Amino acid sequence: MSASPTNASPKRRAPTRRLMAPAVLFLLIWMIVPLAMTLYYSLQDYNLMMPDMRGFAGFLSYELLFTDPVFWDALLNTLLLVATCLLITVVAGLALALLFNRTFVGRGIARTLAISPFFVMPVVTGLIWKYMLLDPVYGLFSWVMRSMGFEPIEWLSSYPLLSVVMMISWEWTPFALLILLTGLQSLPEDQLEAVRLDGANRWQEFRHIVLPHLGQVLYVVVMLESIFFLTSFAEIYATTSGGPGTATTNLPYYIYLGAFYQYDIGLSSAAAIGAVVLANICAIFLIRFVAGNLNAGSQR
Amino acid sequence: MAIVELKDVAKRYDSMPGKKGGEHANAVEDFNLITRDGEFVVLVGPSGCGKSTTMRMIAGLEHNTAGEIRINGQDVSAVEPRDRDIAMVFQSYALYPHMSVYHNMAFALELKKTPKDEVKKRVQEAAKILDIEHLLDRKPRALSGGQRQRVALGRALVRQPQVFLMDEPLSNLDARLRVEMRAEITRLHRRLGVTTFYVTHDQTEAMTMGQRIVVMRDGRIQQIDTPYNLYERPLNRFVAGFIGTPSMNFLQADYQGDTLRGEGFSCSLNPHQQAALGDAGQRARCWLGIRPEHLHQADTFTGSGRLEGAVEVIEPLGPVTMAQVRIGETLVTAQLAAHLEVQIGDTLALAFDPDHVHLFDIDSDRTLGLETDPAVSAQATA
Ligand SMILES: Nc1ncnc2c1ncn2[C@@H]1O[C@H](COP(=O)(O)OP(=O)(O)O)[C@@H](O)[C@H]1O
Ligand SMILES: [Mg+2]
Repeated sequence: MSASPTNASPKRRAPTRRLMAPAVLFLLIWMIVPLAMTLYYSLQDYNLMMPDMRGFAGFLSYELLFTDPVFWDALLNTLLLVATCLLITVVAGLALALLFNRTFVGRGIARTLAISPFFVMPVVTGLIWKYMLLDPVYGLFSWVMRSMGFEPIEWLSSYPLLSVVMMISWEWTPFALLILLTGLQSLPEDQLEAVRLDGANRWQEFRHIVLPHLGQVLYVVVMLESIFFLTSFAEIYATTSGGPGTATTNLPYYIYLGAFYQYDIGLSSAAAIGAVVLANICAIFLIRFVAGNLNAGSQR
Repeated sequence: MAIVELKDVAKRYDSMPGKKGGEHANAVEDFNLITRDGEFVVLVGPSGCGKSTTMRMIAGLEHNTAGEIRINGQDVSAVEPRDRDIAMVFQSYALYPHMSVYHNMAFALELKKTPKDEVKKRVQEAAKILDIEHLLDRKPRALSGGQRQRVALGRALVRQPQVFLMDEPLSNLDARLRVEMRAEITRLHRRLGVTTFYVTHDQTEAMTMGQRIVVMRDGRIQQIDTPYNLYERPLNRFVAGFIGTPSMNFLQADYQGDTLRGEGFSCSLNPHQQAALGDAGQRARCWLGIRPEHLHQADTFTGSGRLEGAVEVIEPLGPVTMAQVRIGETLVTAQLAAHLEVQIGDTLALAFDPDHVHLFDIDSDRTLGLETDPAVSAQATA
């Protein structure tokens, strides 16, 4: 920060820009070109079933999109999915991180085990949950239910969105755990001791020292996770295929359906633009919220 | 304000490997001390001797594995740190980075639900004493080392605790600031009269600040005494060498008749010292200790102690010059006049007063003749 370009002499500024140019150019191509193409296609009447009947359609695709009830279902599902998964992974990740930050016998092994779900590929996660855990006949959950004398639950058909939320949370809690744990380990021990001598109990210690210390790290976790949750696809594809009905159709799945089932490139491009807008709205809210909290935390 | 009492206190860390022989396997051992109300006690000793451990046990951050700690007569072994009403100043300051200076200082009071006006008043007061009023809105990261140090002190001050603990609070400051803060802490203590434990590895700090000094080594107390007594009457060779800069010189000497002799030096003893060595019976060998400031150039000083050797190092310090003279295997340091007309390699004759000689047992390193020291017995009867 100290070497900001405003401090640099004019002589030094010019090469800085030129040196930055490749990176900026790369980013531009990487982001702007696909975005521009998507925008272009969203304004086209373009169906792969009738590739030669192609032409400018104006905002027709957007009209169709906004009047499609499935789109609104998908939007709502996406928001629900992101919100609940964020809540679960951050709370569970934080709890686990606090646990693993203590010393106990076998901590190394336990920590490795706790982190391993993160290394399972999303499709595999979907299959594991669908067949090994949630299956009403062979699944582990139904076995537990039965052995306790209950009727097993048909998870994927009775609680489809909840099932998907469970899978994604299972997969991503380790991520939150890992990052929050590194955050906890960078907290100087003497601050905890100081606050203990200052008369804080366990909760106050957590509230006034640990949580503010984790602020930045929490921000990173929430940002990264919401980006990934917004685009979750493989888990849904491998288990519920967006169903039953539209119960687990989120935006990515909706776009996929539009492009590869209805072959309607115009419509799915429009939906993709919608997803981009949504992601940006989320990002702005999150940044506001987290930054506000950080400031509030630092003001006291 | 409080009387702190440590009785046979010991600490053994679980992760500590037992050293060979198991003799010094404890981080702290047999720690006995009773403070007076409002006393300023300094713990001093080389790094790793258990000073911090002792402080942390008083604070309750570590449990003592043996013995008893009492504050105002109450055994505090079952009292949580937060209920001990002790404020600690850490070497690293341990300020809360996300809080302003004001909140750092107010935090403990706010936790106790002190009324806002009262909090404000006390923080302002402490800030004024420490001259940090203009910093109250800043974050710790925007402060210099000396300012952080003051905030850390202020955070302890506003609490008006029963006991202050300070663990090497000045060791991260530069030399000049350290001297300044040293005086300031002493002044604060005189003003507030709160019982204070102060840890340092710097004997100068200990000597200038402590009303009583606890010299520690390898987890054991070597001596508890006033600065003057530590300097004049060290109980053993370790304390003698640790207190005073530059350190006391030690030479192995033989006792014959009424004189001590060794290669390059000799010294006739006073009756009291003769008695001390006479007590030692067979032990004709002993350690002779003489402080650099008690060595003088022989041509300007008439003492019966003589010492002669080649000069190896000359360090002019301004007001005085330090000369190191080779005596057998050891380099003896002498504090001499500023204009020293001697070159490296010259033979330098030094003289000293036998009354300034300290004698130590050759095996146990204990000071000889303490029991018969007229000054000590005078003090005991006083
Ligand atoms: N948490 C700990 N676990 C194991 N050994 C420790 C711990 N803290 C200190 N020690 C050991 O205890 C001894 C005394 O340490 P300490 O009290 O910190 O010394 P000082 O403060 O005098 O430098 C040292 O040998 C140190 O290695
Ligand atoms: Mg220490």
